[in-house]
Amino acid sequence: MYKSIEHKVRIVTIALAALAVLFVSGCSVTPKVDPDIAYEPPKHKVEDTLKETVVYAADVYDPWEGFNRRAYTFNYYFDKFIYLPIVNTYEFITPNYVEKRVSNFVDNVFEFNNFTNNLLQLKLKRTGITLTRFLINTTVGIAGLWDPATHWGMPRQTEDFGQTLGHYGVGDGPYIVLPVFGPSNLRDTTGLVTDAVAFSVAGPPAWVDDDTTTLIFNGVAAVDKRHRQSFRYYRSGSPFEYDMIRMLYKSKREIEIAK
Amino acid sequence: MEKLTRRITINSVIMVLFLGTSSLAYDYPFADPYVATVVGTPTEYMEALPSDVPVKFETLQMFPEREVPGILWNLDELRYSYIRQKGPAPLIFMIAGTGANFNSPKMQEMQKAFYQAGYHVISISSPTHPNFIVAASTSGVPGHLEEDSADLYKVMQAIWQKHQKKMAVTDFFLTGYSLGAAQSAFIARLDEQEKAFNFRKVLLINPPVSLYNSVLILDELLDFNIPGGMDNFDAFYGRLVNAFADVYANGENVEFNNDFLYRAYEFKKPQSDDPLEALIGISFRISSANMVFTTDVLTKAGYVVPKNLVLRRHDNVTNYVKVLTRLSFLDYFRGIFLPHFQAKDPSVTEAQLIKTLSLRSLDGYLRNSAKFGLIGNEDDVILLPGEIDYLRDLFGTRATIFPHGGHCGNMAYPDNVSAMVGFFADVKN
Repeated sequence: MYKSIEHKVRIVTIALAALAVLFVSGCSVTPKVDPDIAYEPPKHKVEDTLKETVVYAADVYDPWEGFNRRAYTFNYYFDKFIYLPIVNTYEFITPNYVEKRVSNFVDNVFEFNNFTNNLLQLKLKRTGITLTRFLINTTVGIAGLWDPATHWGMPRQTEDFGQTLGHYGVGDGPYIVLPVFGPSNLRDTTGLVTDAVAFSVAGPPAWVDDDTTTLIFNGVAAVDKRHRQSFRYYRSGSPFEYDMIRMLYKSKREIEIAK
Repeated sequence: MEKLTRRITINSVIMVLFLGTSSLAYDYPFADPYVATVVGTPTEYMEALPSDVPVKFETLQMFPEREVPGILWNLDELRYSYIRQKGPAPLIFMIAGTGANFNSPKMQEMQKAFYQAGYHVISISSPTHPNFIVAASTSGVPGHLEEDSADLYKVMQAIWQKHQKKMAVTDFFLTGYSLGAAQSAFIARLDEQEKAFNFRKVLLINPPVSLYNSVLILDELLDFNIPGGMDNFDAFYGRLVNAFADVYANGENVEFNNDFLYRAYEFKKPQSDDPLEALIGISFRISSANMVFTTDVLTKAGYVVPKNLVLRRHDNVTNYVKVLTRLSFLDYFRGIFLPHFQAKDPSVTEAQLIKTLSLRSLDGYLRNSAKFGLIGNEDDVILLPGEIDYLRDLFGTRATIFPHGGHCGNMAYPDNVSAMVGFFADVKN
């Protein structure tokens, strides 16, 4: 039975990936300049205002910008027609109290990644806190539905493999807007995949060893994640939203890696 | 009898003394106006407001025929929100401040406070927000108080037309903060003639007196506070990110949420106001860049984008944001705004135009109309010396002026929320 569910999920995933590829094909970002038209120079020309010697914060290494800008729009539509309707339905039928319990549960299961990455960065105190949190919240907090550890002075010590790589000096690499997942870069995408593989091979899914359970958990975690993320594509109304998010993503990761 | 009179006198003296002390004891936490403007009101000092309110989001098309270039593709429908009470109640229209949309944090706080106090609320973006420019600005050139207010008035009527059947409204009220407050004054005067709503009460929260003076102040906050000028913005930004990283790594329980700036301020305790002033300037400069780019593309003004270049949905615009963040509001005023009005009427001078962009141009009306109320701050950073005294003189007993709060920093502080809600409550029952 669950094999067929898995099969369906795979088909849906492949279809979405194909859609994303279709959507982003033909990826130019250079404004279309017609050689037959004489363009009247604007009052403030780019070449007169910007200087080669100056570093601009808005410039982020983004060689795949054509793909990225389209993936960004794809995510807007994916949110609008698929992801957010599911999240809204979830929020409508689920009392806030239950939503909070679900978030705690999901966070507790993912302590596995916080544990491995704190350990890999040799942050032993944080590793210890993470382990203790997991033990307390799983037992006293009843399978992680509650988070008594935070109240007892042990807040979450979030770390992911992208941060671990950054901690050891790996640079950002090219900026990437991942379909569905959103803003990232080559380093953090590598981290995301590594964390996911480690989680499923050695983490809670391996301990439970039941595909249906894992599948349901992944679904719940995906909905919970979007439910907690208030970001909405194109809501700022800024024509420069893509540029702003790119700059802020880079800074946010710098800040997170420094911790 | 004499005894009684004396007792009444003594009682009133005590009452006055008591009132006096209670108005002195204003405990908003930041006496520094720049800190107040940047940090606002941290959650622990805020008025307790409901976390969930039944707010609905809607869109409206004011110009269905308007051709919108690809790069502005997602802005052609005007987004707004409303909250409806179950029974009959007065309706408050709210106008956002410069560059802000209908759902900015300040608009949400006001919306919750008014909903909690029993009003229907409709929230509208500022005419300087790109969405408003594309979807609802007749000229596409924002900044003219009278024209923008006329656009707002049309939008308000269109929204009201959509909802009037389902909203039992007993009275119409109007309010706005910052630029939205100045526009509220102009809308109210227009409403005296057109009478679509007959606003009973209008509340101006932290308005500029002269729009022109205020934008010059904001331009200078940026230009004067980044060491070495805008060419060194990247270095300034880098230091800011490092400072935030330090706060995040070493502060206690610091998270990325509404209170992050407050935690950062508490942790770093900056020695001077310079970085705070620069932050205010940056925030204003980014709003301006959004606004000016939208106007430039929509009206083909040839300001930073070549007139006949059509930008498509996914075209790279990074160079334009880099150019625009180096240009001041005054550049916009001289490069797009003034030429636009001079094209319509060649006899218009810069000085005349500046004069219309001010509450002083409505002096007689504002001075004599009982429907107005004003909430301001003694240390509002967008006012020139003397301008707060002008407001105090203009509104007299209708003004509530708090000793601190900077520009809109204290709007969510309980005393301010009471003043805001209390102003309308006077006539509610």
